[in-house]
Amino acid sequence: MRLGKSLVASTAIALVAASGAFAQTLTIATVNNGDMIRMQGLSGEFTAQTGIELEWVILEENILRQRVTQDIATSGGQFDIMTIGMYEAPIWAERDWLVSLDGLPDDYDIDDILPAMRAGLSFEGSLYAAPFYGESSMVMYRTDLMEAAGMEMPEEPTWDDIAAAAAAMTDRDNNINGICLRGRAGWGENMAFITTVANSFGARWFDEDWNAQLDSPEWLEAVTFYNDLLQNYGPPGAANNGFNENLTLFQQGRCGMWIDATVAASFVTNPNDSTVADSVGFALAPNRDGLDKRANWLWAWALAIPAGTQQEEAAMEFINWATSKDYLELVAEREGWANVPPGSRTSLYENPEYAQVPFADMTLRSINAADPNNPTVDPVPYVGIQFVAIPEWAGIGTSAGQEFSAMVAGQLTPEQALERAQALVTDEMEAAGY
Amino acid sequence: MARSVTTQRKTFNTFLAWVIGLLIFFPILWTVLTSFKSEAQAIADPPVWFFFDWTLENYRVVQERSNYSRFLWNSIIIAGGSTVLGMFIAIPAAWSMAFVPSRQTKNILLWMLSTKMLPAVGVLYPIYLIFIQMGLLDTRVGLTIVLMLINLPIMVWMLYTYFKEIPGEILEAARMDGAGLRQEILYVLTPMAIPGIASTMLLNIILAWNEAFWTLNLTAARAAPLTAFIASYSSPEGLFYAKLSAASTMAIAPILILGWFSQKQLVRGLTFGAVK
Repeated sequence: MRLGKSLVASTAIALVAASGAFAQTLTIATVNNGDMIRMQGLSGEFTAQTGIELEWVILEENILRQRVTQDIATSGGQFDIMTIGMYEAPIWAERDWLVSLDGLPDDYDIDDILPAMRAGLSFEGSLYAAPFYGESSMVMYRTDLMEAAGMEMPEEPTWDDIAAAAAAMTDRDNNINGICLRGRAGWGENMAFITTVANSFGARWFDEDWNAQLDSPEWLEAVTFYNDLLQNYGPPGAANNGFNENLTLFQQGRCGMWIDATVAASFVTNPNDSTVADSVGFALAPNRDGLDKRANWLWAWALAIPAGTQQEEAAMEFINWATSKDYLELVAEREGWANVPPGSRTSLYENPEYAQVPFADMTLRSINAADPNNPTVDPVPYVGIQFVAIPEWAGIGTSAGQEFSAMVAGQLTPEQALERAQALVTDEMEAAGY
Repeated sequence: MARSVTTQRKTFNTFLAWVIGLLIFFPILWTVLTSFKSEAQAIADPPVWFFFDWTLENYRVVQERSNYSRFLWNSIIIAGGSTVLGMFIAIPAAWSMAFVPSRQTKNILLWMLSTKMLPAVGVLYPIYLIFIQMGLLDTRVGLTIVLMLINLPIMVWMLYTYFKEIPGEILEAARMDGAGLRQEILYVLTPMAIPGIASTMLLNIILAWNEAFWTLNLTAARAAPLTAFIASYSSPEGLFYAKLSAASTMAIAPILILGWFSQKQLVRGLTFGAVK
């Protein structure tokens, strides 16, 4: 009798285990951005096609970054697919933390991925993260205010053009600031923007021997220019402003210009949220007169498979679905072309229907103007435009960012901020063995 | 004359209490109000107070996007489980410290409290690695144990102060009547300390419910409680305040209701030592 009972029990356990093995479930970690949420909403199609169930872990960007880094560094194995950025992809690939995506099928058409995106997400010629959407930065400006000031924004402005436009549009009495820029400390916050300004002024973070270069005249010129813009024409409390704060200000008509991520274009032109939706123009990120590097960055949110997942094949299948040409068409069919995730595939920009979207052309031109392998005027030993793709960057970028944020708050002069940043970067890099 | 001063003081005290109460309550009120606004109204400057187009849209979006009931269930299990489990350890521990103290009791109490002085992130990696080894990552069992451990010092301390109020002679009398240790704790001590035990439990449920460091770091999809549910509505690119407020309101509602109904016990328990 006892034997019979245990036989029944063990059969039941075996059946449960077997059914668990058949119902495959992928756990996907991602951020709460519009395009990602749309993907989550449409993912029922993927499950219907393949029978693979999906579990979503949606986290705030900084928490996500910490969680996935912690998980991958300790082989925690909690995620089968991770949403990572252009900063992590080459560093993690070098450490064998990611599965190479060479195994994607031919009809995925890997050559269709925008060259700048592919370069930024590859390591030693292999793609390690598939871009879900990509962005650069550009100038967004108020056409009505420019007109009222009797000015015209060139498609390819210089910093002098920007300063002149900011001065002309600033109207303190009516609470209009000529320009809104990031000021909040963080490697992905103010340092992303300041680094692109520095690049365009001919500055660089390190020389070819990894010596910190923040004591160069180019850095001083760039940082002084940025600080003057914000002090003279920026909003009050700019030292605390990040992407969302500036977005809010721009949507409420408080900014004449805003230089930030190209994805912002769809928000500021959305009449449901923006009071200035009808009067927004776009221009390439500026350069300095006489230098050809523009201050635009390059970023992609991309899907990657952590090494050690038990479900590599299914994960590959999902990435193939979510970053394919078919997915772009699925979004267009359901939600319109303006909602298609931008900046990942060449074919999207060749599509005549997508060309109707007002910011499509400027987004593509901005992305193409960015070269992560040659980000600066003088040669550098690192990859990355608004960041330096080394593991120490997150730390030094954030510490240096605090000095520059303090400068915008009026607590430090540009010279003092640079001197401090130079000292702390030198210390960190020496400690890291460079 | 003396009487009028008292009335004045009373009025002043009442007024002050209301001001402080409203100040403390304001963030919750603002969250709830924002949850009924559109994203554009949520960030409007100057802010809109009560006169706007009230909408349930944010709640609809949140319901559609997230499996609220699963997060809620995880929160209930983790907060409830860690409190009950903690009580099984804290009651005997507090009993021994209150009624059969040794020379080291004071030191042990202090040492227990000192574990709360270390920033949690300091032990994140050791605990994370242990969890990987034991297969406890993203499980309710693992989270229940961790939350029980981090709240245990508070439970023991609270119970210890309540037990100290109970005359040892009563327990002695029970022992004289032949009660064993188990009967002494279960049938004599526990009924007398019910208010203290109840308020300790309530406070711990609230602490565990709101705990956001360990619950975010040790869970992914399966065991994630309401703190992870809230965290999923913050966005680096785009407006999110109204939806985040709706998610927050949904997350705090159960514990707010529990707190409302049990406020008498809670206040009595928390001020137990102060009015003796």
